[in-house]
Amino acid sequence: MDLRIEKLGVVIDGKSLVEELSLDVGGGEVVGLVGPNGSGKSTALRCVYRALRPARGTVRVGGDDLSRLPMRRSAQLVAAMTQDGAVDLDFTVEEVVALGRAPHQRGNQALTGRERELCARAMERLDIRHLAKRGVLTLSGGERQRVLLARALVQEPEILVLDEPTNHLDVRHQIEVLSHLRGAGLTVLVVLHDLNLAAAACDRIGVLSQGRLVASGTPEDVLTEALVADVFGVKATVVPHPLTGDPQLLYSLHPSL
Amino acid sequence: MTTVAEVAPPQARATVRDRLASPRALVLTCAALFLVLLASIVVAIGLGAAFVTPAETARYLWAALTGGRIGADETTTYQIIWQIRTPRVLLAALVGAGLSAVGVAIQAMVRNALADPFVLGVSSGASVGAVGVTVTGGLAALGVYAVSTGAFIGALVASFLVYAASSTRGVLSPLRLVLTGVAMSLGFQAVMSVIIYFAPDSEATSMVLYWTMGSFGAASWGALPVVAAVVLLGLVVLHRHGRALDVLALGDETAASLGHSPDRHRRFLLVVVSLITGVMVAVSGAISFVGLVMPHLVRMVVGAGHARVLAVAPLVGAVFMVWVDLLSRTVVAPRELPLGVITALVGVPVFIALMRRKGYVFGGR
Repeated sequence: MDLRIEKLGVVIDGKSLVEELSLDVGGGEVVGLVGPNGSGKSTALRCVYRALRPARGTVRVGGDDLSRLPMRRSAQLVAAMTQDGAVDLDFTVEEVVALGRAPHQRGNQALTGRERELCARAMERLDIRHLAKRGVLTLSGGERQRVLLARALVQEPEILVLDEPTNHLDVRHQIEVLSHLRGAGLTVLVVLHDLNLAAAACDRIGVLSQGRLVASGTPEDVLTEALVADVFGVKATVVPHPLTGDPQLLYSLHPSL
Repeated sequence: MTTVAEVAPPQARATVRDRLASPRALVLTCAALFLVLLASIVVAIGLGAAFVTPAETARYLWAALTGGRIGADETTTYQIIWQIRTPRVLLAALVGAGLSAVGVAIQAMVRNALADPFVLGVSSGASVGAVGVTVTGGLAALGVYAVSTGAFIGALVASFLVYAASSTRGVLSPLRLVLTGVAMSLGFQAVMSVIIYFAPDSEATSMVLYWTMGSFGAASWGALPVVAAVVLLGLVVLHRHGRALDVLALGDETAASLGHSPDRHRRFLLVVVSLITGVMVAVSGAISFVGLVMPHLVRMVVGAGHARVLAVAPLVGAVFMVWVDLLSRTVVAPRELPLGVITALVGVPVFIALMRRKGYVFGGR
């Protein structure tokens, strides 16, 4: 199922955070959203999982206007891995993952056999099954990210949006999480900070600057030295990855180079 | 996301939680707690200035319920048991159950482990409403429901005020919430005292004490049906929102992404919580610490899932309150200790012990 963001505009407290943002993510495609801090990436994403109501524009999932769907229905289509991870209550890992079924359940309905199986498989896949009975407050940052991703997968969405899923992860887990994204067969829109990881993980990349989309296309087309200098204000050397050919950025801390 | 604890939690806690995880274990636990509650009620009704054994108490209660016969020499005792102590003990059980459930719900709704109706000023808002109605004779058209309605309105106004004052652009700041709540709570108490002291011919001091510290001394059969109906119905409604509370506790962003509108749930639950709190405050004053401590105590044993917590917490709270009330009327008899004195004396050490216990984590700290 495809995701179409059409002329999205978000205004909060009279301040325009996202302007005229249009971006298509085709079915099964992985699209990355990059940009400097405060460029509106997370804000745009919040409109997709409906934590925020856009002032202008629409978000369409498989052609349907999300804002016209009941919250429950849209949560069956779109799952999110968000940044507000701080939980006060000590749920177990198992319980948090099971809450991914919330959009499919009514009231306090118990999980069905199939749903329990689904949760077990997701935990297996993300290598957190041994943590099932642990309290989420006792987990490391990396374990917690994987729990949240498992919860999103258990939701059985068509579309997955993620806000910096590699935050707090060590290199191995960063790569694992991103390869899970590619392997899930879902339509994915992901905000990433690391441009090299974005180049490796995404089919296409959109670049946001001050709330506007300033470039979009394949990593090769988008991640140029000129754009990085222009948007991020950083001098970088772009080289092709020796094995995959993906563009990779090299930075120097030495000002004269 | 700043704390990283790699140590495994103590095994004992995990196993108790595991054992209670199955639905059957939960039903058994609740059934056992219900029996403890019944036993506590019968014992508590028998104890007091006139001592009646549990067996005798049970006989009197049975006679009252089935219209059985009581000897002429027993009428005084029967009157004490049935007309004075029974409604009082039942009220204590209801209020204990209600306070615990409301505490659980509020803590999840506002994502703050320090929240309860007393801390957030909802209880004192309710007492302002109740006192206002009592002193001015307002809402007279509502008859016996006037005070409860006043308290409900007070609670509702207080909770929306605190909520509005502590959120910016619809985002709730947990720390600001508690600070606002504590301030508002003291403010409402002041307003209430002013109303009482300005009212002609009222026994000001004892009235202020009643509304700020709580007592079941005014319990009667007449007041019981409304409280029972609202509290029991409220318990059912809150329990049915178990999953919604789970989702709310994960944060507003997550709740939205899981198909639950946090604002809609919170608005509805705030009204339910205010209604329960208002009705309870109207008949017992504002009682501290129960709504704060019981949820933590129960979560430590059964885990954080709200469907489970909301099944167990009301029963534990009811048992606790029955015993607190018994202490309040027997320790310095014939005088009574205000309930808040006992709940604080018991609650403070328990609360501090809980917080210091290794392996009990909340708020990520």
